[in-house]
Amino acid sequence: MEEQDKILNDVTQADYKYGFVTDIETDIIEKGLNEDVVRLISAKKEEPEFMLNFRLDAFKKWQKMKMPDWAYLKIPPIDLQEISYYAAPKQGPKYESMDEVDPELIDTFNKLGIPLDEQKVLAGVAVDIVMDSVSVKTTFKETLAEKGIIFCSFSDAVAEHPELIKKYLGKVVPVADNYFSALNSAVFSDGSFCYIPKGVRCPMELSTYFRINAANTGQFERTLIIADDDSYVSYLEGCTAPMRDENQLHAAVVEIITMDRAEVKYSTVQNWYPGNKDGVGGIYNFVTKRGICRGESSKISWTQVETGSAITWKYPSCILMGDNSVGEFNSVAVTNNYQQADTGSKMIHIGKNTKSTIISKGISAGKSENSYRGLVKVMPKATGSRNFSQCDSLLLNDTCGAHTFPYIEVGNKSSVVEHEATTSKIGEDQIFYCNQRGIDTEKAIGMIVNGYAKEVLNKLPMEFAVEAQKLLQISLEGSVG
Amino acid sequence: MSVLVDKADLSLKYTAHYNQVKEQLFEGSSEVLNAQRNKAFQNFVMQGIPTRKNENYKYTNLNQAFLPNFEFVHKKDEKETDLSEVFRCDVPQLNTNLALVFNGWFHKDTNEKGDLPKGVILDSLASISKERPELLEKYASLAKTDEDPLVALNTAYAKDGFFIYVPKNTIVESPIQIINLLQSEKDTFSTQRNFILIEEGAKVQVLLCDHTLNLKKYLSNSVTEIFAGNNAEVEFYTLQNQHNGATNLNSVFIEQQRDSRVTTHTVSLHGGLVRNNLKFILNGENAEANLYGMSFMDKKQHVDNFTQVIHAKPHCESNQVYKNVLDDTSSGAFSGQIHVVRDAQKTNAFQRNNNLLLTDNANMQTKPQLIIDADDVKCSHGATVGQIDEEALFYLRARGIDEDKARLMMMNAFAHEVVKEIKLEALRDRIDELVDKRLQGEVARCHDCAYNCDC
Repeated sequence: MEEQDKILNDVTQADYKYGFVTDIETDIIEKGLNEDVVRLISAKKEEPEFMLNFRLDAFKKWQKMKMPDWAYLKIPPIDLQEISYYAAPKQGPKYESMDEVDPELIDTFNKLGIPLDEQKVLAGVAVDIVMDSVSVKTTFKETLAEKGIIFCSFSDAVAEHPELIKKYLGKVVPVADNYFSALNSAVFSDGSFCYIPKGVRCPMELSTYFRINAANTGQFERTLIIADDDSYVSYLEGCTAPMRDENQLHAAVVEIITMDRAEVKYSTVQNWYPGNKDGVGGIYNFVTKRGICRGESSKISWTQVETGSAITWKYPSCILMGDNSVGEFNSVAVTNNYQQADTGSKMIHIGKNTKSTIISKGISAGKSENSYRGLVKVMPKATGSRNFSQCDSLLLNDTCGAHTFPYIEVGNKSSVVEHEATTSKIGEDQIFYCNQRGIDTEKAIGMIVNGYAKEVLNKLPMEFAVEAQKLLQISLEGSVG
Repeated sequence: MSVLVDKADLSLKYTAHYNQVKEQLFEGSSEVLNAQRNKAFQNFVMQGIPTRKNENYKYTNLNQAFLPNFEFVHKKDEKETDLSEVFRCDVPQLNTNLALVFNGWFHKDTNEKGDLPKGVILDSLASISKERPELLEKYASLAKTDEDPLVALNTAYAKDGFFIYVPKNTIVESPIQIINLLQSEKDTFSTQRNFILIEEGAKVQVLLCDHTLNLKKYLSNSVTEIFAGNNAEVEFYTLQNQHNGATNLNSVFIEQQRDSRVTTHTVSLHGGLVRNNLKFILNGENAEANLYGMSFMDKKQHVDNFTQVIHAKPHCESNQVYKNVLDDTSSGAFSGQIHVVRDAQKTNAFQRNNNLLLTDNANMQTKPQLIIDADDVKCSHGATVGQIDEEALFYLRARGIDEDKARLMMMNAFAHEVVKEIKLEALRDRIDELVDKRLQGEVARCHDCAYNCDC
């Protein structure tokens, strides 16, 4: 037992590997938030009028809103006037080739293991890098363009494809959806945009990498993915931040729209700086992610591995509007030390014969709190719908907490909704079984945790699965593997 | 906005009424009850009638229920009506110690000769709180007025209800049956406050039947506090059978000490709007709590079961099984919370909620929750909403049973899982029979009922 406790204690001592700061010149505006700031951001980005109006509308609505307090989280008051809303690496207008990119920056991303250099890319992943909420570099843009796929920074999309932005922006997550989405809509600086035309299967994984670098800034980026009829894309998202003693805010919005028979697979490995072991510092991750299956037989699947952030508040959701559409949510959330997570999914069944699956695995250690909160709503007209939810929690010691708050609302008789949840710790018998077979306790815990999360990790694309597995080890082992 | 205005107006009506009848409320009441009144009232003023914005009342809209111009019953109706003539127990072959609560006021049936052991008290709260205030030391300690506005309203208005006391190591052989009757010439708001104190090693079964005797609109707001001492054993049955225009707001709070065992059954057969709050606090090691619930709703009825089980000490066990069958445009809600407090290790807590929707217009909302702050626990919850398993149906049909009959069998089996846990045999048979009738589409009212209310 003692040894087991020691190992579990080690868990809390794992270090954050991405905590360095890049010394790079940054264009940063004054702290504070008011209408002028919103106008300034829009001006800096040379946006067309409709974007400015969109922002101002959002800002007006946001001013009337209050910070939500229903989550099972203890959020210290956030002074939004103490944050700078725009920070961009100083740069030439736009990089054409790798040679023009600041070597510091390349260095940063090499350290993070992100392939910026197209020549050396083996994995065949197209990456859009967002540093301090400004898109720095998008790789493979030309290759993708041949297929008609648009994959670029949000600002480029506003400039080059305003008709698409106008048509789809804010349609899945309305500006006034919640406090943070309204804030994001008002001040977002950049993000990624992706459009897959009819019948195209995207030949490579698309990826966005978010990095907060500057101090006292918030990161507000926006992602918009549109998959037209019969198309397919797999989209990855990763993120890291330097170690700082103050908390930084990250409030992003992700919108996904799938048309008839289209499929979008969105995978996240969230590894923002979680704060140190005394709970100082770390990112507040308040994210709104939502997809709408607009066409029939379309599919959206969210897969997330959440290991970072001091506080996570995130509910990737699917609105299943088209008949026979499918929504999936797979999540592994690990909290350690003083981390808090309130995460889960919403599945709104509107179309007939729609199906959704929710698999959520929570792992809590240290003094952390890990909650699952989800909603499955079957509208009266969504006949023949089906949902299955499973939420398991694993507690690694007696100072952490695991909570489950599912909401199930069913409005017709032909739909079937099932929910089950369990909470337990690693069984002594399981560890004993491993010990008996010559596997030491340390490895046994690693194996059990990995086995527990496997169901979700298997859903991740290959390269990501490897990274996620490593992350899980860093977060949970201290010594395992 | 109109909703907000309504809500304020509605609450105002009840606060104004309090100020109006304040003297009447204090007058003739015991100090125990009066001591809580003003504080409770203030808490009600602060909270108001709960709206759907209140997370705990998310699925139940009480506005309509509180709307009628109710008559309040702040005085006991001393007219000696022979209530046993008006109403006969609808559980035949059950030998009980009977008492009546009429519009919230306790009436002892003088004709009834019970077999209560020595020292056991079954009396009115109003008189016991005056005569034996020491037994009511813990009054209002479980039902906290700042947590629920309905409890606050009840505590402010409370004048009477039943009181049960079972002294140490006493076993009450025949169950105690309390019949709650609502009958008036006007729409009536009834407040009932009950108190049950079961001492160490004592054992008792309590059966509560709620009835309405005519078709006036009723709102009954009752609060019951139950204290189970070390090694006590309590079975608490609630049978709700009111008409469609009645609102039944029923809050039960239970505290359990070491090695005690408490089982509750809540059977909602009928009622316009039924809200059952049930809160367990397991305050001693090795306590066991069992919560069973069942409802059969049709027409526009609404049932909302709201349970909370707090595991405050290690080595306790709790089981919850709630089942609903919803027909026509009825709606159901279930919200169950298991809270395992830090260091309440070796807790076993299970919860299940299964629902059958029989039509496309019925709907069900369920919200099972786990809050776990200890690691060496086994907790689970499960919820399903759906219809009868088609494969099982096919199995029966393949054996020559026609579809309707097969369906009925399946529904019966669905309900029986809860019914079979009822330990009072006569009651179990009776409920089986009622369930059977209910599922066959017959009116569920008790056939002995003197009033042929069309409910």
